[in-house]
Amino acid sequence: MTFKESDHGAVPFWRDERYIQIIAQVIVVAFLIILGYWLIHNLLTGLESLGIPLSFRFLGIESQFDIGEALIDYSRNSTYARALLVGILNTIKVSFLGIIFATIFGIIIGIARLSKNWLVNKLAAIYVEALRNIPLLVFLIFLSTTVFHKLPRVNQALSAWGWAFLTNRGIYIVWPQPAGGWGVYKWFLLGSFIVGVIVAAFKFREGKRTGRMPLYWLWGFVVFAVLAAITWLIAQFVAGPPMYLDFPSLQGRNFKGGKSLTPEFMAIFSGLVIYTSAFIAEVVRAGIQSVSKGQREAATAVGLTGFQTMRLVIFPQAMRVIIPPLTSQYLNLTKNSSLAIAVGYPDLFAVGSTIVNQSGRAVEVILIMMGVYLTFSLLTSLFMNWYNKYTSLVER
Amino acid sequence: MTTLTPSKEILPPPTERITILGWMKKNLFGSIGDTILTFVAGAFLLWLLYAIFHWIFFTARWAAVTDNLQLYMKGQYPGSEDWRLWLLMFLLGLLIGLAWGIFLKRAEAVGWVLLIIPIILAVWMFALGRQSWPHFLLIDVLAIIGYFLGKRYPKKLARPTYILILLYMPLVILIVRGFGSGGFLKLVPTNLWGGLLLSLLLAIFGIVFSFPIGVLLALGRQSKMPALKTLSVLYIEIIRGVPLITLLFMGQLMLPFFLPAGITIDRVIRATVAIIMFAAAYMAENVRGGLQSIPKGQYEAADAIGLSGWQKMVFIILPQALRAVIPVLVGQFIGLFKDTSLVALVGLLDLLGIARGILANPNYIGRQLEVFSFIALIYWVFSYGMSYGSRRLEIALGVGER
Repeated sequence: MTFKESDHGAVPFWRDERYIQIIAQVIVVAFLIILGYWLIHNLLTGLESLGIPLSFRFLGIESQFDIGEALIDYSRNSTYARALLVGILNTIKVSFLGIIFATIFGIIIGIARLSKNWLVNKLAAIYVEALRNIPLLVFLIFLSTTVFHKLPRVNQALSAWGWAFLTNRGIYIVWPQPAGGWGVYKWFLLGSFIVGVIVAAFKFREGKRTGRMPLYWLWGFVVFAVLAAITWLIAQFVAGPPMYLDFPSLQGRNFKGGKSLTPEFMAIFSGLVIYTSAFIAEVVRAGIQSVSKGQREAATAVGLTGFQTMRLVIFPQAMRVIIPPLTSQYLNLTKNSSLAIAVGYPDLFAVGSTIVNQSGRAVEVILIMMGVYLTFSLLTSLFMNWYNKYTSLVER
Repeated sequence: MTTLTPSKEILPPPTERITILGWMKKNLFGSIGDTILTFVAGAFLLWLLYAIFHWIFFTARWAAVTDNLQLYMKGQYPGSEDWRLWLLMFLLGLLIGLAWGIFLKRAEAVGWVLLIIPIILAVWMFALGRQSWPHFLLIDVLAIIGYFLGKRYPKKLARPTYILILLYMPLVILIVRGFGSGGFLKLVPTNLWGGLLLSLLLAIFGIVFSFPIGVLLALGRQSKMPALKTLSVLYIEIIRGVPLITLLFMGQLMLPFFLPAGITIDRVIRATVAIIMFAAAYMAENVRGGLQSIPKGQYEAADAIGLSGWQKMVFIILPQALRAVIPVLVGQFIGLFKDTSLVALVGLLDLLGIARGILANPNYIGRQLEVFSFIALIYWVFSYGMSYGSRRLEIALGVGER
């Protein structure tokens, strides 16, 4: 009898799953719209009554504050927009370099963590466990106040055989500078690089065709290095030496020459690298351990050397496991670079909060900052997703 | 007979005999490269240990730490209300003991209880004054009583223990904050909270309040309703794409604007709102992992016995999904505990904020190494203790093997 009702299609609409879903969604969306309207209405009226209506025109005003280090020309007379750009570039600089160095250190520590040598293994374990369990901010402030600002004064600088000087005003390292022959040589260098890439690509295709993959990147690099060295000699004959090494030296009250790195940059950079490398080490270790033991034994059985086993058998398979968590570590590093404010490095967040203090435009600046960080995150994950697809395609 | 005697001599494999020298040869001096590595690493380790010990016992001046232990631990929380904190710790000891007794049963677990509780509470105990050792002893005694009670009456006590564990964090908030203007459990305003107490409270607040939001967001992200799904995905991805510090900054600077004129909320709550918003997005992703681990058959079985969508979620899917993500949630709690240090950047006096405040005192100028080592050690002991404890519990309970 009960079946008859449903035969008539008599399920009332308030018990019909499809209607319920639509109604629920309409209610939620309507609620959110009303809530959002109420919040934004409060915001706009509040800002209006303070005399700072929501607008991005303030970006054209002169900033009137200095920034410690900038990759582009910047002065007190530059606009707020340019100050933000300086901050964005500084964030990119520290994140980009940080990611590269953290990956290198992370891989080294991760492999050391798997070392058969008990002492090396335990040292790596201590490194990882010590860092993973303290907050990054504490570590950064620790580094900044107890290491980089406690270095000796300029006139008593710690010297590393004259190649580098450590002082509390920064670190000065020897750096190549372009000289007379540079105008010619830079074209030679570009040419050598292109030839190197072509050779690498050629070797890569040959490896694909024959199934015996050579060390194509090493081929490319060697060709590039040899060409660069030969053309250096040619450039020296034609137009003098292309570059010279600029040694830092104490002149007056400060060091001149070479490359200078501020203590603020060194604190945030080394802090991010050391801290993230501990996490990357764990990712790498888990990845390598995920490759089954039989793979290693099989590789040994067919006569591969230790290095070949790592390069051809273990690493390609480990990569598949490593890349997703590695991506989130890269994202974390980029986001964590916002803690630079605690050590005084002028990244996006530090510049942004200075602008807020100066202009009172909290809402606009926060929106811009969030937008920029969101863009960074999206770009990083897009790139890593692409790379992930690329590595997983190679395997199968 | 003659064939047996030699085989008997051959039988014991030589690798079975582990001697110190043999172990060292295998693990430290396997090859020339290994030997060099061992000597370099050993020299480095010895130098490091020497430097650290020399610094701790001879160079360092610990006055900046020992003079202000109370500040580090609880900020300005009034001394007359200390008993509330102790009460909570007694309860924690009892609960840990009960849980151990009911769920682990093995005798070796007593050792772990006795080991882990002191590690986690030692710092606190030490700080609330030397005369507090009886309190500390009581925590241990309660833990042991809890263990034996739990072991004796596992059936009767299981349910109350579960409920108490679930209620513990809300209870912490209630007791620490209090209510009313005077008398028993009077309100302690949030601007008096500080130090480790504030750090822990922020993490507890974050986990407790982000939990329901996170579950809803995870369900929204999994649902087939397009509007809900889009909104959940947007929220989760936007929050996960920006640093926590921008959210805290937003909480401090923008939150007052969003509310109608005249309503003000204090800084601790503003920071808490930001932390909850942040934690909810990560919580949602963790819960989603749990939801995805539930086999499809469970959904179909629930449909087959005629459960509605809500019943299916509440009675079948969520209990299993949440049990699967408990270890991940412990990890998130540890991460959140470390992340609370960021509130120092917006002017709150958590453990890090207090440390910076103390360093600004002219009496303790230049004592950064001592102070930051001390608070780093506190963070380390708590984070490592929690992760170690949860790992042991995971192994014992066989989570992930089911």
